[in-house]
Amino acid sequence: MEYFLELFFGGLTRGSIYALIALGYTMVYGIIQLINFAHGEIYMIGAFVALIVAGVCTIYGLSGVSILILAGIIAVIYACAYGYTLEKVAYRPLRGAPRLSPLISAIGMSIFLQNYVLLAQTSDFLPFPRLIPDFLFMEPVAHIIGSPELVILITTFITMILLTLLIKKTKVGKAMRATQQDMNMARLVGVNVDRIISLTFVIGSALAAIGGVLVASYIGQVNFYIGFLAGVKAFTAAVLGGIGSIPGAVLGGLILGWAESFAAGYISSDYEDVFTFGLLVLILILRPAGLLGKSHKQKV
Amino acid sequence: MIQNLKQSLIVSVWFVFLTFPLMVVRVNTMDQVVIWRWMNMVWVAIGSFILSYLWRYMLARQQVRKKVADEGVEIRSRTQLLLEDMSFRYKAMGIILLAALVFPLVFDTYQSTIMISALIYVVLGLGLNISVGLAGLLDLGYVAFFGVGAYSYALLNHHFDLGFWITLPIGGILGCLFGIVLGFPILRLRGDYLAIVTLGFGMIFKVVMENWDGLSFGPSGIANIDKPSFFGMDLSLANSTIYIYYIMIALVIFTILVTNRLKNSRIGRAWIAMREDEIACVAMGIDIARTKLSAYALGAFWAGMVGVLFASKTTFINPASFTFMESAIILSIVVLGGMGSILGVIIGAFFLILLPEYMRAFSEYRMLAFGAAMVLMMIFRPQGIISNLRQTYEYKGSKDKINNG
Amino acid sequence: MAENKHKLLEVKGLTMDFGGLRAVDSVTLEVHEGDIAALIGPNGAGKTTFFNCITGIYDPTKGDILLHPKGLKTRRLNGLKPNKVTEMGLARTFQNIRLFPDMTVLENVMIGRHCRTKSGIFRAVVRGKRVREEERQIVESSYQLLEKVGLADFANEFSKNLPYGAQRRLEIARAMATDPFLLLLDEPAAGMNPQETADLEQLICKISAEEQIAILLIEHDMKLVMNISDPIYVMEYGKKIAEGNPQEIKDNPKVIEAYLGEETDA
Repeated sequence: MEYFLELFFGGLTRGSIYALIALGYTMVYGIIQLINFAHGEIYMIGAFVALIVAGVCTIYGLSGVSILILAGIIAVIYACAYGYTLEKVAYRPLRGAPRLSPLISAIGMSIFLQNYVLLAQTSDFLPFPRLIPDFLFMEPVAHIIGSPELVILITTFITMILLTLLIKKTKVGKAMRATQQDMNMARLVGVNVDRIISLTFVIGSALAAIGGVLVASYIGQVNFYIGFLAGVKAFTAAVLGGIGSIPGAVLGGLILGWAESFAAGYISSDYEDVFTFGLLVLILILRPAGLLGKSHKQKV
Repeated sequence: MIQNLKQSLIVSVWFVFLTFPLMVVRVNTMDQVVIWRWMNMVWVAIGSFILSYLWRYMLARQQVRKKVADEGVEIRSRTQLLLEDMSFRYKAMGIILLAALVFPLVFDTYQSTIMISALIYVVLGLGLNISVGLAGLLDLGYVAFFGVGAYSYALLNHHFDLGFWITLPIGGILGCLFGIVLGFPILRLRGDYLAIVTLGFGMIFKVVMENWDGLSFGPSGIANIDKPSFFGMDLSLANSTIYIYYIMIALVIFTILVTNRLKNSRIGRAWIAMREDEIACVAMGIDIARTKLSAYALGAFWAGMVGVLFASKTTFINPASFTFMESAIILSIVVLGGMGSILGVIIGAFFLILLPEYMRAFSEYRMLAFGAAMVLMMIFRPQGIISNLRQTYEYKGSKDKINNG
Repeated sequence: MAENKHKLLEVKGLTMDFGGLRAVDSVTLEVHEGDIAALIGPNGAGKTTFFNCITGIYDPTKGDILLHPKGLKTRRLNGLKPNKVTEMGLARTFQNIRLFPDMTVLENVMIGRHCRTKSGIFRAVVRGKRVREEERQIVESSYQLLEKVGLADFANEFSKNLPYGAQRRLEIARAMATDPFLLLLDEPAAGMNPQETADLEQLICKISAEEQIAILLIEHDMKLVMNISDPIYVMEYGKKIAEGNPQEIKDNPKVIEAYLGEETDA
């Protein structure tokens, strides 16, 4: 039972990170029907920036939680900046181009950013400082769920509530929903569609960066390649939940997290990635619209 | 003028900001020191300033060209006209063939080895060109079929002592079969989903090969694979390289011949039509499922076949040769060369494989440049280096003469 | 309407729901041999959806679509894939032109021949005598079709470079290349100037008379419809509200109301 709970919370933690990244995919796909292949790279850059900030701060003598918060904030700012630039450079000139073009551009951007970080920094795994302290009150349950896991769960929970509020309650959120439903109509009623698209990338990037910082401080190391696999898995989560659907991304992330955690715990961890992709293939074949997605009839 | 200057300055400052933590700061956690690389900042500032000018210039040129195209005027470049000239084409082909045949006699073994790997990528590019370039099915796991071919030779050779020549077609057919088996479930998927699923297949292949020790010997791979035998004789290393080089030349010619015929056939036209507009295509009575499957399987066929040759050339394979990066390289060959254009893909393969080989200083930046090139190509020259030539036919009872592109 | 003419297409109670929205509501319609039938109605009346149901792009919720090819047994088209429907002899064009832009004009038509020819992968690689003969026939018949619609001079141009009206005619030629006995035209005159429309009118009549192809067209240009079509079916809000010959339609109070109720481009 305890093993089960450990796997359960491990999966929950993992899943909530997938969900954070998946939200970026889903929001972008919802608006411009593009798989933003480079999204995983934004996550990686977020983690890297946090690592650098934390490193510099540690060396100059700051300590503990203040570093985590500072590193987190700067990472989010940079991820947003990268997301914004990415959209402007690689996708905006391709609006209206054949469907394959922006996708190839996205793959190119993903390769570019990976190698940019590789060349600018290093190909080695860098140790990420342990910034989340062990809380005393967690001690009795520490073998099931540790303090870092708790912090991750709380942070993702708050982030998602904020996101929901942003989309449901604010004017910007309304404009985003309008753009998602019908871009031309939104433009006609005075929504600045270009700005909304940029904003979507920025928000998605911020979420990815939060995920990146949390994962990095949880796992304890960072490398230029972490974004790729995380990106593909998060995309799987987004598809699983129904791409374009925000609650779907969260649900998909959690299911994927649990599936991986239990499969690794009870079956074998060697084939962890195979489970993920197997799941992805199965979903796409059996229910391409995902669990919460709506199937759209293509207009002819 | 002032406006431009200001814009470029803003871009420059923005990129300095963007690249600051990654390019300038480097934390050495071992010695607890921060290395500040201020020179990088200067380079970024100057570089982005100049590039932003170029970027704007190119975009403006693109706009003008688009406008002209919209008015129905077709711009046909001199290269295109030259390439559509049959007599020029025959002459050029003759010269290239001659050069290819004498190459290993003039240059040493090292050069031939490099040329062999370039030729391998030519075949891979042409194979992927069938599914991506002609049929419009973005396949990000293409390297898996290459791996199937390589492993089938390695294993058949290891366990049953099968020779190269028998396995060559077997590898192709196995690649093809894998293409069909994997292709079946994903036929219904839309283009971008297809890309992700094929990416998944590619990764599954690698993970399975790494972990299924009983079959593939795991990450340590399979060594001592036989080189192709020459009428039962064992050749010296140099001679065997030359031998493989000629096999490869023959294989390339065979590939070009077959893909070219396919492209200009009833099936090939259906592939292109499917790429252009799937709904119109199905409304014209074309069975989409079958057409997709045939493109996918035929693309896989070449990868499987050339995989056999790859295994026999290196005599050692392990899963590390079949990563996503390989798929990405093959894809950039097709994209840069010109999707759908056979000549373009060939040039693209030589360009992308030989350039980093001969410019060692450049090879470190290879993938960076590939990535950037894919983005830039999509924005500024989506048709690739050599755009697809149009197919012309003569009619009116006379025998139709078909020009090949 | 002469009752002794052979009935080619029979649609009975066709209904198409999208979620809660009923786009087509039990529409019944018939097309006979030699007809140039028309389906008219205000924008959003469900005409194109109706076409999409018949041609297999959508699977209708209810109703029967029956095809009675001459001399062959009746086929129910519900749920068939679009390519099967085309193979049965029912071809279509699209409201918003869907050509293959990066293929030449001739190649566009050659695609239409696909389902009437057979050579497969191996034969294409070997390119034997039979394949070359088939190719020659494809090129020739496609070229003849281009002559028929007046596009032979543009045969080797990319189809994206054609002027608008010519693109519409190319779509018709491409559809005809599939050897249909019934041709569905979705707003063939949309965006055409009066001269082009007049040419189109002639073309449609020519196809109907010379090729023995029955035609069902959706059109907003009332002059064109009234000149050539009989019978005319009128749809509004997914329902069929009238049918009859041009005179009957003109005098039908329901039709007048439907059209006066909103601005039309008729």
